[in-house]
Amino acid sequence: MLSLDEVRRIADLARIDVPEAGVAALQQQLNGIFGLVERMRAVDTAGVEPMAHAVDLVQRLREDRVTEADQHELFQRSAPQVEDGLYLVPKVIE
Amino acid sequence: MHELTLSALGALLRERRASSEELVRHFLARIAAHDPALNAFITVDGEKALAAAREADARLARGEAGPLTGIPLAHKDLFCAKGWRTTCGSRMLENFISPYDAHVVERFNAAGAVLVGKTNMDEFAMGSSNENSHFGPVRNPWDPARVPGGSSGGSAAAVAARLVPAATGTDTGGSIRQPAAFTGTCGIRPTYGAVSRYGMVAFASSLDQAGAFGKSAEDLALLMNAMAGFDERDSTSVERPPEDYGRELAQPLEGLRVGVPKEYFTDDLAPGVAACVREALAELERQGARLVEVSLPNQALAVPVYYVIAPAEASSNLSRFDGVRYGHRAADYADLNDLYRKSRAEGFGPEVRRRILVGTYVLSHGYYDAYYLQAQKVRRLIARDFAEAFRACDVIAGPVAPSVAFPLGAKTSDPVQMYLEDLYTIPVNLAGLPGLSVPCGFGEQGLSVGLQVIGDYFGEARMLRVAHRYQLATDWHRRAPPGFAS
Repeated sequence: MLSLDEVRRIADLARIDVPEAGVAALQQQLNGIFGLVERMRAVDTAGVEPMAHAVDLVQRLREDRVTEADQHELFQRSAPQVEDGLYLVPKVIE
Repeated sequence: MHELTLSALGALLRERRASSEELVRHFLARIAAHDPALNAFITVDGEKALAAAREADARLARGEAGPLTGIPLAHKDLFCAKGWRTTCGSRMLENFISPYDAHVVERFNAAGAVLVGKTNMDEFAMGSSNENSHFGPVRNPWDPARVPGGSSGGSAAAVAARLVPAATGTDTGGSIRQPAAFTGTCGIRPTYGAVSRYGMVAFASSLDQAGAFGKSAEDLALLMNAMAGFDERDSTSVERPPEDYGRELAQPLEGLRVGVPKEYFTDDLAPGVAACVREALAELERQGARLVEVSLPNQALAVPVYYVIAPAEASSNLSRFDGVRYGHRAADYADLNDLYRKSRAEGFGPEVRRRILVGTYVLSHGYYDAYYLQAQKVRRLIARDFAEAFRACDVIAGPVAPSVAFPLGAKTSDPVQMYLEDLYTIPVNLAGLPGLSVPCGFGEQGLSVGLQVIGDYFGEARMLRVAHRYQLATDWHRRAPPGFAS
């Protein structure tokens, strides 16, 4: 079961702001979900190969050549703040 | 016109008895009249639709039409469509205009289908009731106090209410089959890798698969013919020769082995649903199919496994929404980290935030082996159960959901109750198999029930044959919700 501190730590790792007033309710909901998940943890899986994907994948190779045109202006139209083709964020280096 | 199947509408168009423009106007008028009560659409664009309809009419006039040319269609609002708002049912993408087309969208455009609108959905496809949409819940056309199912609830409700003849959806844990069952429509989730995921906003990449809703199994075959196919831009797209998904429709069911898992008919299943499904199985038997008992012993572990794997993949996929390159950005923030934290807290709804947190936890240092790796191992056991079952049968049949459509608000207070809705559909996603739902009667409160047909890998044509032969003998799929028939 997750402690309140663990809930705060996960929220921090996930970069999701959780107001202090909401931590306890969230803890209860998450523990409900982990209660459901618990059933699968007890299964004996010794020697079972993990299944990452439904189909056996082989990475396809292609020739190293340009396949995409430069469309950065089009793509940056969806960005909250852009200047001179650059995404603007708050200052990170003083 | 709105009662007609895709093949009937196609014939109408090719014989020039109706134009695509007339058809599109007819359906746009139905959307305008009925959608305020249902909320099945997030965006409708009549101007774009009519322009595309006129192009389709020109193509029809040149005699270059295919089976879907000129037919109106809606896409679930997680398929990127160039120049269209693509919201994923989220505040995060409320104002996102896609700069490109998804592969599925390209395919339908190339076929000459006319996009009329984008349908409502649970935010980022996370939900089983369509109550998790930033744009409000969708209502079930059979009873507006009930949910249409989710996450593709808008597409299902739109097809059920005859607001469009067909619509696309996606199915990560049951998001096509369960809403199809709840709304009395037909819905197919193809084999993982059959349809490209390119341009589909990602939720859980090893489980996500695009599919479609229609009014008959024949319609689904036509939609599959348009959607499926190899795409090198999706690294999990399977390279196979093109196939005609309707090629087995004319074959009777004699000798076909239909597997019925002994784990399916338990106390979890509503009696009215069980009765409809058993009667449907009896109909298959009357047509010469042989019912054989099979077993899926690890079936009960599927929901727990899914709620490790799907959130883990979601937490990774949704990390791209950072308020920098696209999507919602908070108005006030102290620094870059604060910008991320506030933008994501405001942009995502509660269910999406919960799943990101679950996923972050199970992938975090010290917990990966106990949760994520263990879930992948149990996933293998679930897939092996199906492989074993398919040694004894050609398709598996059973229920789609444990109950009929439930009232709005009935399961929103407890996420786990909502998750358990998907116990019959999730195992199929974990194994990567194809599955479909067709209407098979009315259960509790006179609400529609779906029959699930599960195929072996790339067994869609056989599943569609079973569904089609069933529909030749029954008329459940032709029933329209009262109030939406005329």
